[in-house]
Amino acid sequence: MGMTQHAEPAVSSPPASGPGKVKDGRTAERPLALRVLARPEVGVFLGAVAVWVFFLIAAPPVRDGSSMANILYQSSTIGIMALPVALLMIGGEFDLSAGVAVITSALTASMFAFQLTLNVWAGVVVALLVSLAIGFLNGWLVVRTGLPSFLITLGTFLILQGVNLAVTKLVTGNVATDDISTMDGFDQAKKVFASSFEVGGVQVKITIVYWLVFAAIATWVLLRTRYGNWTFAVGGNKDSARAVGVPVTFTKISLFMLVGFAAWFVGMHNLFSFNTVQSGEGVGQELIYISAAVIGGCLLTGGAGSAIGPVFGAFMFGMVQQGIVYANWNPDWFKAFLGVMLLGAVLINLWVSRTATRR
Amino acid sequence: MDRSSLSRSRRFAPAVALAAAAALTLAGCSSSSGGKKSEESADGASAGKATTPRMTIALVTHQSPGDTFWDIVRKGAQAAAAKDNVDLVYSADPSAANQATLVQNAIDKKVDGIAITLAKPDALKDVVAKAKKAGIPVVGLNSGVSDWQKLGLMEFFGQDESVAGEALGKRLNEAGAKNAVCVIQEQGNIGLTQRCDGVKKTFTGKLQTLNVNGTDMPSVKSTITAKLTQDKSIDYVVTLGAPFALTAVQSASDAGSKAKIATFDLNKDLTGAISKGTIEFAVDQQPYLQGYLAIDSLWLYKNNGNYMGGGEQPVLTGPAFVDKSNVDAVAAFAAKGTR
Repeated sequence: MGMTQHAEPAVSSPPASGPGKVKDGRTAERPLALRVLARPEVGVFLGAVAVWVFFLIAAPPVRDGSSMANILYQSSTIGIMALPVALLMIGGEFDLSAGVAVITSALTASMFAFQLTLNVWAGVVVALLVSLAIGFLNGWLVVRTGLPSFLITLGTFLILQGVNLAVTKLVTGNVATDDISTMDGFDQAKKVFASSFEVGGVQVKITIVYWLVFAAIATWVLLRTRYGNWTFAVGGNKDSARAVGVPVTFTKISLFMLVGFAAWFVGMHNLFSFNTVQSGEGVGQELIYISAAVIGGCLLTGGAGSAIGPVFGAFMFGMVQQGIVYANWNPDWFKAFLGVMLLGAVLINLWVSRTATRR
Repeated sequence: MDRSSLSRSRRFAPAVALAAAAALTLAGCSSSSGGKKSEESADGASAGKATTPRMTIALVTHQSPGDTFWDIVRKGAQAAAAKDNVDLVYSADPSAANQATLVQNAIDKKVDGIAITLAKPDALKDVVAKAKKAGIPVVGLNSGVSDWQKLGLMEFFGQDESVAGEALGKRLNEAGAKNAVCVIQEQGNIGLTQRCDGVKKTFTGKLQTLNVNGTDMPSVKSTITAKLTQDKSIDYVVTLGAPFALTAVQSASDAGSKAKIATFDLNKDLTGAISKGTIEFAVDQQPYLQGYLAIDSLWLYKNNGNYMGGGEQPVLTGPAFVDKSNVDAVAAFAAKGTR
């Protein structure tokens, strides 16, 4: 009964990469503007612009460059994870363990290096292997059992949550890791994962650059490579994809491993910008990543979406979350504001794509 | 069929016994010597071991997983249990209904004493009455300073969250603060809200509250940065947990703000930050002491009939301030994760 197993319903929208439908005379060629609007990321782009303009008016501090850098920083740590989560969703699966996997990676790197008194890069490499292995395990279990990824990754989510806590406590005697900021290689790793640079007097965090670079690569892969086609195909209809020679197993497992890679990356950012990691963190983040992807135009049923949409989805999260603070609204309403703004953005998104696809 | 399986099981019996013995030996080795475990049991004060009969005590808290604070409570309880020849059964659940079930489990196990936190006293009322009916002594710790007597607990160890907040507010007045922000890392948590409300009561300046997403540090960092940018006149950031204080230091520097940082609760990184001067002070409610006294008091009651606080007054463990003047005395204990 998994969402990936039944055939693609006939009414579902076509994949974003394949707009070139053969004209059969029943439909007239639609105007360019409407065709642009029909792309999945355009709705969320307009939503993001609307939210941005709204806060530019409502919250004067947002107009400042450093505030924008701060908002983008928050968006980038969500966005780097939202990208592979979106690709995975296009491939017809999703990953509930993505939030705690970030912390697992950070804990692994920190404890491995600290306990064995190694250069921190050793921990970084081990953490990468662990993260990829978790992704592989998720993917392999999903493919082998045919169970919905919801169940499999719910399982790994709980396992990782428990393991994060228990192993950290076992190894360090506390529930947080030791401070590694004085160890060899730390400054170097901090430069790579958690530095910032100046642009016109504004401190910009490096994660923003990585976020945009990763998004560009993901877009290229999705639209211009065979792997991108495979991703759409396995998410659309696994069985017919397999019938035409798409390596379904490879595609699905590698998509899960991609989530593992991003979890490692964000985990390293957390570790090297805050020096220690608390083992209870990360819970609930998976839903934020998934929301950013969905707001960004990825269908929960797979087979449709883009890599650029989640960029705006993540931006919207960062913008709304910080915008509320910049606007100095009553903090008790914080989550409610967040929900209303996001729901509003999704509705704009929906309205735009409906309007655009109407003849 | 029967015979063959019987004979097979006979043949295998010595092997099974051997394996079991090996496993037990291994288990014995790993628990008694070496490794992190011995380090843990050596934590804090070790005052020999009582020769009183072995007893079982259940400690049931509303801890949420992975919280450094509760880890210290548990270590205190473990230290007392080791000293008092007590078998400590620790369990925790943030939901009050589940916590009540855990208390019921302890009653069913016929433990010799129960120590509980009263984060939501009403939900635990019935189960506490059941424990009393079963003749099991119950003490309270950490939260519930205003309710423990109503529920008929024997003793209570902890601090009043609002009293701690009030103490911090007074301290802010002494420091000359004018505009402070109280950072809540878990929206809707009553203990955290009481702390901020306590600060508000005594602080003569302006106090704002700020909700942050405590499970995502980058988000905590940028939200505090945003607040400090939005209101440039903020001169003190008050966090309600040690890790958030350390993050607030980064936020202040990101925002180019001169705001000073104060916090509730301690951990080992925080003591370092206090001695360096990046964090001004911390209010410590001595969680280790709460756990330790709760277990020790039940032991004393069983073996000598004593009541701490005379059964009338709570035994207060906080608020104790840790600042530059006394941080060195505390740092060594915090490094072990017991203070």
